[in-house]
Amino acid sequence: MTSAACHPRPEAPAAAAAAAAALRIGLVGSPNSGKTTLFNALTGLRAKVGNYPGVTVERREGDAEIEGRPLRIVDLPGTYSLSPISPDEAVVTAVLAGEMAEVPAPDALLVTADACTLERSLLLVAQILRLGRPTCLVLTMTDELRARGGALDLARLRAALGIPVVGVVGHRGLGMAELRALLAHPESWERPPIPPPARPLERQQWAESVLGHVLLRRPGRDRRTEAIDRIVLHPVAGTLLFATVMVLFFQLIFAWAQPAMDAIDAAMGRLAGAVHATLPPGVATDLLADGVIAGVGAVIVFLPQIVLLFTLLYLLEDAGYMARAAFVVDRVMGRIGLEGRAFVALLSSYACAVPGIMATRTIPSPRQRLLTILVAPLMTCSARLPVYALLIAAFVPARTVWGPVGLQGLALLGLYLLGATAALVAATVLGRTVLRGEPLPFYLELPPYRVPPLRLVVSQVWGAASAFLRRAGTIILLASIVLWVLLNVPRVEPPAELAPTEATRYALEHSVAGRVGHALEPAIAPLGFDWKIGVGLVASLAAREVIVSTLAQIYATGEEDAGGLREAIRRDVDPRTGERVFTPATVAALLIFFVFALQCMSTLAIMRRETNSWRWPAFAFTYLLALAYGASWLTYRVVHALAA
Amino acid sequence: MSATLTLADLPVGATAEIVAVDAVEAVAHRLADLGFLPGTAVRPLRRAPLGDPRVYELRGTQLCLRRREARTVRVRRT
Repeated sequence: MTSAACHPRPEAPAAAAAAAAALRIGLVGSPNSGKTTLFNALTGLRAKVGNYPGVTVERREGDAEIEGRPLRIVDLPGTYSLSPISPDEAVVTAVLAGEMAEVPAPDALLVTADACTLERSLLLVAQILRLGRPTCLVLTMTDELRARGGALDLARLRAALGIPVVGVVGHRGLGMAELRALLAHPESWERPPIPPPARPLERQQWAESVLGHVLLRRPGRDRRTEAIDRIVLHPVAGTLLFATVMVLFFQLIFAWAQPAMDAIDAAMGRLAGAVHATLPPGVATDLLADGVIAGVGAVIVFLPQIVLLFTLLYLLEDAGYMARAAFVVDRVMGRIGLEGRAFVALLSSYACAVPGIMATRTIPSPRQRLLTILVAPLMTCSARLPVYALLIAAFVPARTVWGPVGLQGLALLGLYLLGATAALVAATVLGRTVLRGEPLPFYLELPPYRVPPLRLVVSQVWGAASAFLRRAGTIILLASIVLWVLLNVPRVEPPAELAPTEATRYALEHSVAGRVGHALEPAIAPLGFDWKIGVGLVASLAAREVIVSTLAQIYATGEEDAGGLREAIRRDVDPRTGERVFTPATVAALLIFFVFALQCMSTLAIMRRETNSWRWPAFAFTYLLALAYGASWLTYRVVHALAA
Repeated sequence: MSATLTLADLPVGATAEIVAVDAVEAVAHRLADLGFLPGTAVRPLRRAPLGDPRVYELRGTQLCLRRREARTVRVRRT
């Protein structure tokens, strides 16, 4: 055994301290500058995603190891300037100044800049150099510069700026070795002898003089982007393309995610069945099978929609199309106080508000983002469809109005349009009252078209999905369990002579939810609702379509018998008055109630996640409930008067 | 002296030079950060199908501005 050691053993506390003090490298740059691709190249797909304290800005950090030395790479939000006008940019400025609680200022900075837009990027570089931190400029997409006939002298740029400069092609890994070598010793990076000027005009002159010194050949026009834009932004072809893309988004969530969602439902059902079969019968088993497992299923079932939506969204975003889409539709959105980027979010909400609300993260203005989130639930989501289908099939006569168009179809279409109209009106009203504020200047950069790197898209989609699971998932699971408890507790033994479906009804009536339904009756009687509808409304707080299965349980018709439920609610008579329970007025009022009310805990959960507080979900729930109650009451009065 | 010509008035394809930006501080600041500074060459590239916003080319980038913001940028045709 040799006693020669390669290194003297460090003291244990010092070793721990050294390991803990990983050097923090901040990634700064404007949007579309290849920052995230660089981040992925440095950290792999192991980023830790969270939120900055107190704000809804996403926080992304990852670990890298360069020559045995641990580094913590901080991917700061894209920004055009250190004079922030949005929360994302404010985070960058705060973190760089060391003013963000719990987030230490980075020890060194990597500034990313698109080699083709260096002229504009130098304005940001100048501001960052004034911070006096060790800085290295990473020039990205240098292959595009070359392809367009441009040429930059990196050595001259290094000399002119006084800092290290590396040219990379992020998604191909070119230049990364040189960058990694530099990251091994940020302390020894050269610093500019004099900081660049502070005032914008002088800064511009400085940028121009630097560029004149280093730009050997200006890049030519991006012919490919121009050619594609001639179609994409053409008044007719562009609008058609836009409509096609939007239909694609809608179809993804409304239809194509369905097989996967059904598979998840089926798997959860089998799992629950297995639990029932293997464990002894009792409340605990039921809680596990029908509460917990069903609750987990209620969370996971959103994943196909989220993954599909965000894959298409990020593919188009990284390719450069989404900016064009926002550009095309901006005027329409501007009329209701929103902006072009809100369109995809609202359209997606037409299928399901959960991925729709998540899609609002592309909107930079916090006010606009919040406004979009608050009206998204009004878009007629697919969960309302089973409710509408049941009530329309039961009570609207199946008469044809004109050709293939029937009364039932018109009723459904009317409800769909009512949802969208309500959303537009709500956006306008809320924008002028609760969320009144000076609109952020609208600006949008149209990046060149690029082939989206697959790795980047995968990391972005994974980020969205894992964020959903982590934050919204826990809330949905908890709420599912609570609602199961309300509907199944206390356990009462139904009289032995009741048939199974009757027994289910008896148990439901005596549960907490059943009692709540009875207690609610005086409050909902003005809307024409009775206690059975009340129980359905309580249950539908989990998800709108739950009212259908709850009504099936109450009317003891069994889950599979749709025709039976229709008949049951048609014939139901209130024993106290001898009147029909589901009068035309009641049905109309119930439909209108579902148009407006926010009956979806998953939506509330995702609102909580995206706004980082319970205040706005609570506000949304309240204002929509008030709208629902008022509109429902009005509908009942009007239809009742008309029917008399 | 067409000093009252603004970016919003420029026809598509016309080249111009920015003279000044007359906007409230937040807007002017942001436009400056994006490169809308006196002396910068700018050119409207195209308009959206519904007329607004428009795409402007400057400093090698393409930026969309609504009429509201474009009206605050005074230009001189070149």
